[in-house]
Amino acid sequence: MNLRKLLTLLLLLPLAHPALAKDGDGVEMADLMRSNGRIYVVVAVVVLILIGLILYLVRLDRKLRRLEKGER
Amino acid sequence: MAFPLFLLRFKRRDFSMNKSWWKVLTVALLLYACIGGFLLPVPALPALQETIRNLYFHVCMWFGMMILFTISLVHSIRYLRTFDLKYDIYARQYAIVGILFGVLGYATGIIWMSYTWADPNNPAFESFGALAREPKLIGAAIALLIYFAYLVLRDSIGDLDKKARISAVYNIFAYAMLFPSIWILPRLLPSLHPGGEGNPALNFSDIDADMRMVFYPAVLGWTLLGVWITTLSIRIRLLQEKKMLPI
Repeated sequence: MNLRKLLTLLLLLPLAHPALAKDGDGVEMADLMRSNGRIYVVVAVVVLILIGLILYLVRLDRKLRRLEKGER
Repeated sequence: MAFPLFLLRFKRRDFSMNKSWWKVLTVALLLYACIGGFLLPVPALPALQETIRNLYFHVCMWFGMMILFTISLVHSIRYLRTFDLKYDIYARQYAIVGILFGVLGYATGIIWMSYTWADPNNPAFESFGALAREPKLIGAAIALLIYFAYLVLRDSIGDLDKKARISAVYNIFAYAMLFPSIWILPRLLPSLHPGGEGNPALNFSDIDADMRMVFYPAVLGWTLLGVWITTLSIRIRLLQEKKMLPI
């Protein structure tokens, strides 16, 4: 079986057996990271970076608004 | 109670007055995508494992790119109908941010691919040979190169009206080339990339219900972020133009 067929099969597998797929079915997931709560560290870092970038955009937005008012 | 007050002030100044409610929506959707994307359940699939969560980031970049290029096309057509240089600026900025999203989609795809497609039993060089023949990668590269050429073409013409007219026509051509290079050809050829048989991730039957809960908001959030960035760069550009042209 070529790899493409295999991948397609693997993608369609949970549709045939959703209950089996949800239980893991022998597939190694990051369960340890979830059980000891370290996943929240990752989420905190990602969310902080996102908030930082968005605050930068908001600041830029306000600065532009001020400039546009000055133009008129 | 300082924090809710800050929110109210933010709302009064930015939310209602300037019709930018969609910026608040962008932030909410992206926070949801980043938190839910890591914490909500996903199907356990061999080879993909937890990397399936990349769907909320990598695929959203391509969706965002396609939507931004579509907006760019609309503005190019509007330019050709009205010859208003404003629309030329809009089209250019949307194309630039679309290219940015495409490059990010490509780069994230490279990382994802090297952990899920590369065969550990093969020497790295042979694996790379197989990956380099991927029709989706080649198609996406061609599409992005055509858009790079759009920018090169624009900036090589000095005359403002000629520049705007030629690049608007070229933009329509570049958009048309997206369809064979990223929609049609990769589906005719065998590929490791999922979604060759239909619309990847859009099809209701090939994406898990749990994942759809995060995926669609994530697509909308990332696209709106792209639109936000574009509107900022358009406003900068318009200010620059006003300073240069004595209108």
